[in-house]
Amino acid sequence: MENAVVSEMAVACDRLRKTYGSVVAVADLTLNVRRGECFGLLGPNGAGKTTTIEILEGLLTPDSGDVEVLGLRWAHHATDLRQRLGIQLQETQLPDKLTVEETLRLFRSFYTRGRTIDELLAIVELDSKRTSRVGKLSGGQKQRLSLACALAGDPDLLFLDEPTTGLDPQSRRQLWSLLEAFRGRGGTILMTTHHMEEAEYLCNRVAVVDHGRIIALDEPQALIARLGQPKVVSHHGTLEDVFMSLTGRHLRDE
Amino acid sequence: MSDRLTSPLVQLTLARIREFIREPEAVFWAFVFPIVVSLALAFAFPSRATRDVLVGLEPGAATESLRATLMRSRGFTIRDVRPDEERRALREGIVNVVVVPTTPPTYRFDPAREESRFARVVVDDALKRAAGRLDPWSAREEPQEVAGSRYIDWFIPGLIGMGLMTNGMWGIAFGIVQARMRKLLKRMVASPMRRSEYLLAQLFARLIFIPAEVLVPLLFAIVAFGMPVNGNPVTIAIVTLVGALSFGSIGLLMATRARTIEAISGLMNLVMLPMWILSGVFFSSANFPAAVQPVIQALPLTALINALRAVILDGASLGDVRSQLVLLSVWGVIPFFAALRLFSWK
Repeated sequence: MENAVVSEMAVACDRLRKTYGSVVAVADLTLNVRRGECFGLLGPNGAGKTTTIEILEGLLTPDSGDVEVLGLRWAHHATDLRQRLGIQLQETQLPDKLTVEETLRLFRSFYTRGRTIDELLAIVELDSKRTSRVGKLSGGQKQRLSLACALAGDPDLLFLDEPTTGLDPQSRRQLWSLLEAFRGRGGTILMTTHHMEEAEYLCNRVAVVDHGRIIALDEPQALIARLGQPKVVSHHGTLEDVFMSLTGRHLRDE
Repeated sequence: MSDRLTSPLVQLTLARIREFIREPEAVFWAFVFPIVVSLALAFAFPSRATRDVLVGLEPGAATESLRATLMRSRGFTIRDVRPDEERRALREGIVNVVVVPTTPPTYRFDPAREESRFARVVVDDALKRAAGRLDPWSAREEPQEVAGSRYIDWFIPGLIGMGLMTNGMWGIAFGIVQARMRKLLKRMVASPMRRSEYLLAQLFARLIFIPAEVLVPLLFAIVAFGMPVNGNPVTIAIVTLVGALSFGSIGLLMATRARTIEAISGLMNLVMLPMWILSGVFFSSANFPAAVQPVIQALPLTALINALRAVILDGASLGDVRSQLVLLSVWGVIPFFAALRLFSWK
């Protein structure tokens, strides 16, 4: 990889490969995420999205391939990197017995710089829940708290693994606007999703992932224009159509 | 002000303490349970001097004269038993000895049981005396009430030691396994948190509860049973602290890999059960054969209980119990670093 290219990239990875026994989770996957963009990994469950994002997050080690995040490498700069990343994992359950404020204070304490508790509460619109126990929050509120924990260190880059799975449409919209605001402040987002509307709404570019490899990569509208032409005139092309025309399957099939 | 940077170690410790005190069941097991146990044992094992010898009488021609004889002597409780139920009565401890009204009488007792052998001697003595035996002389007797020699006095330090082990290991391991099951550990290491600080925080959070865990049973025993405490409070505190930290470390080590509550429960029982039996909580570990004594003496619970008994009952100094403290420290330091190395955050 050339340095000039790398420096503009928030994430650069080259031929990532990760296998579990005979199962190939990630098969020579290469992608670059530009600074300031929202990049989506779209694909069905089991496509290798989570494995890919966890390698990029430094939580898994690839069998082979190169990873650079914010121009740094996990092997040498893990401590620096952790300070500059915000990470939201799939299915993390924060402690039920702590309050919203106590949870934020805990996560905030790990970062040498970052936002105040009041700012974080305001950003994720949880001011009124400050003293509520986490166990009493709704699904959408928990997810916003989890986002606030990821934002505690005022990160340059946010990794989100299926941030809106299981949320009702209203909570999903609310989260989307929070993520748009983060990008509006200059942040970069790399997210996985299997909701096509989410990718269409939030992402500047989308990589369609299936069986551990990228089978298409472009702006959502370009993908739809190229591959998602509906057979039936009465409905608009969507990323669902793109996925169908690429694989012959529905996104939610697996 | 409120948003000033606070130490992650403090925040992690606070989080653990909050989680614990907001769990009412955990508080019950840590504080109320020891009191219930000591009350139950105090009723089950009152001090020996006041306890009657339980004599079973089989029906027969001489039964009533035997009963009258024994009633005249002090310290016997007489129970009628039929021949077909006498084995059960002996086994269950309903009677310590059975007197069959033959001429001369027959004693049925279990020589393997101390109280049964004792009952036989006392009954024999009372009956022969009543039959007119003349003693060559009678010794001058000076009964002594030695403070701290009752079973309950001996038992309380063991109970405190057992509590420090059980609460220490459970309190730490359970919380960690739960955090692992909830994918919280993975989330924590995705942040810049230091792993050693997470483990240290689990230990430090334990320390907050030590004073209550030790003082509640101790004060209860002082008030309810008049238990004497001869040790220096600072010495007791230090022994307690070292013991709590070493069991905390062992708890950390137990929790390094377990991913389910079932797995950690099994592991805990495997580790704790031998110590409950061998380390002298309920009965002296001196009862075990000499061949296994080196193993027993190397166990952390044995060291803690021996040190607690020496300090609380005999007023021993830190120097007197230094070998136990060294052993406990080894049990504290090695598991901590092993846990840090082996710990699975996923």
